[in-house]
Amino acid sequence: MEITKTMTSAMDRETAAAKTAFISGNKAWGDRLFRWLTLGFSASILLILLIMAFEMIKESLPAIRKFGWGFTIGKDWDPVQEQFGALPFLYGSVVSSILAILMATPLSVGTALFITDIAPKKLGGAVSSLVELLAAIPSVIYGLWGVLVMAPWLQKTVQPFLIDHFGFIPLFQGAPYGVSMLAAIFILMIMIVPIITSITKEVLTAVPTAQKEAAYALGATRWEMLRVALLPYARSGILGAVILGLGRAIGETMAVTMVIGNTPQIALSLLAPGYTMPSVIANEFAETTSKLHASVLMEIGLILLVVTLIINIMARLLIWSVTRGNSGRSA
Amino acid sequence: MQTKVTLENLNVHFGSNHAVKDVSLDFPENSVTAIIGPSGCGKSTVLRSLNRMHDLVPSARVTGRIMLDNTDIYDRAVDPVAVRRRIGMVFQKPNPFPAMSIHDNVVAGYKLTGSLKRSDAEDIVESCLKRVALWDEVKDRLKTSAMDLSGGQQQRLCIARTIAVQPEVILMDEPCSALDPIATLKIEELIEELKEQYTVIIVTHNMQQAARVSDSTAFFYMGELIEFGLTKKIFTTPEKRQTEDYITGRFG
Ligand SMILES: Nc1ncnc2c1ncn2[C@@H]1O[C@H](COP(=O)(O)OP(=O)(O)OP(=O)(O)O)[C@@H](O)[C@H]1O
Ligand SMILES: [Mg+2]
Repeated sequence: MEITKTMTSAMDRETAAAKTAFISGNKAWGDRLFRWLTLGFSASILLILLIMAFEMIKESLPAIRKFGWGFTIGKDWDPVQEQFGALPFLYGSVVSSILAILMATPLSVGTALFITDIAPKKLGGAVSSLVELLAAIPSVIYGLWGVLVMAPWLQKTVQPFLIDHFGFIPLFQGAPYGVSMLAAIFILMIMIVPIITSITKEVLTAVPTAQKEAAYALGATRWEMLRVALLPYARSGILGAVILGLGRAIGETMAVTMVIGNTPQIALSLLAPGYTMPSVIANEFAETTSKLHASVLMEIGLILLVVTLIINIMARLLIWSVTRGNSGRSA
Repeated sequence: MQTKVTLENLNVHFGSNHAVKDVSLDFPENSVTAIIGPSGCGKSTVLRSLNRMHDLVPSARVTGRIMLDNTDIYDRAVDPVAVRRRIGMVFQKPNPFPAMSIHDNVVAGYKLTGSLKRSDAEDIVESCLKRVALWDEVKDRLKTSAMDLSGGQQQRLCIARTIAVQPEVILMDEPCSALDPIATLKIEELIEELKEQYTVIIVTHNMQQAARVSDSTAFFYMGELIEFGLTKKIFTTPEKRQTEDYITGRFG
């Protein structure tokens, strides 16, 4: 988002320049120049993307040649023995992000509803600025807090509780480690709640009063109004917010690296440590033991890119299928 | 004629703006009452105080009494939700629920509480759509989105949605202002029919419309009720000078 912002402001400046330069000259000429300029800008974005993908593929070719498709389902990771498998990282990334989003979504939608439709105006405003503030905290701070405060708390309180009461479920078996998949899920949830909340808030505020009044006029209580008018109207926008959160979760590196335990294993238990794709790249890139090791990390980066793309495509399909029923208004 | 709704010294303030001033008025049962007057005179405000819509506006303050049959709808013990079940409303701009099908829009009032049998729903949908003369136009596409309908069809759908929950009073705030003459005519015919079962109160800017559809007419000016009486009388021999000026278009 940042990049597009800078791009547009750069484009604005170009437009202004183009306007003053050609104000007395041939107008059509200025228009054409402007069109080429903007075209150039958008093409350069695409070009950067293509170059990046090309470089990544090129760099990961040695790994791809050596391990083939088996790489994505390989479970072993031993740089010294040159044994590489991506599955633990893939698993860690997908599980932590999806569980985080499942927990964050109701929390965020609830918070957004509270801000826009339930709390008195002043309180709503206060909560809202607090949420914005949370979104601005650098992820390394979340990581620090996670590893110094949250993980010990999980280890001493939450995990023993889960083991005692829900230990019969495989998800909550084993020893309480503190740093764990669970810690990563929590920290991700805390990090994406502000994003989803603030976008959902915008979406909810944009719902026309006429829609709410339509429900109230039929004799709806506030809760019924939310269910029948507000949420259905806003659902595609909320879905978009959730997907943005998912994208953030899957790419989040710093905070997750600090709390997940960085152990390349596939453990069913959420109490056990895990590892994610961005984390392994960040941890090992600076000290690769061999050319192949570097290449393998590149390939993991490539997989991360593909997973992100797939999530985005699925998200678009989902939004499309949800909004198909209500043409006549934009999402 | 029996009185259905009575305003007793109704005052509405928005902050320091005194929008409706000490209005007392009897709306007769099973008839159509038109509310007319220049823009900003408080017509919508009066109408919206009848189904407690102002409860949703923090700056609004309503005083006085509004009697529906024999209960004051602003009484502390009265639940606004219950009031709105008995007094339905059709808005100026058609506002069907875009995420719902035509069918679901008609029974939206029942969906609130979630208690409606499938077969009952079908009966209600058919009879309500027939009453608003929309059935033949949409019977083959009940499952499609309500947003695929034209503006006039959407407004008739909204009326169907309102009568589906069987209110006793129907409030309409310029229901035809977004519609073409043919759609307007259809709605007017519908209003004519509705009064057999319901008490209809309609705000309109269109003098001919008021004259055509209403039995009684109330003329408001600057938040005050200037004149109220049978439509025939208001439009032929009004008592007040202001009323005459307004309906003859010589206003201001
Ligand atoms: N929600 C509100 N908040 C503040 N003031 C309001 C609100 N609604 C109406 N008013 C004020 O109340 C007065 C009457 O408005 P109202 O909408 O009832 O007029 P109206 O007769 O319906 O006009 P129109 O014919 O243009 O619809 C106006 O001065 C308006 O500014
Ligand atoms: Mg009005």
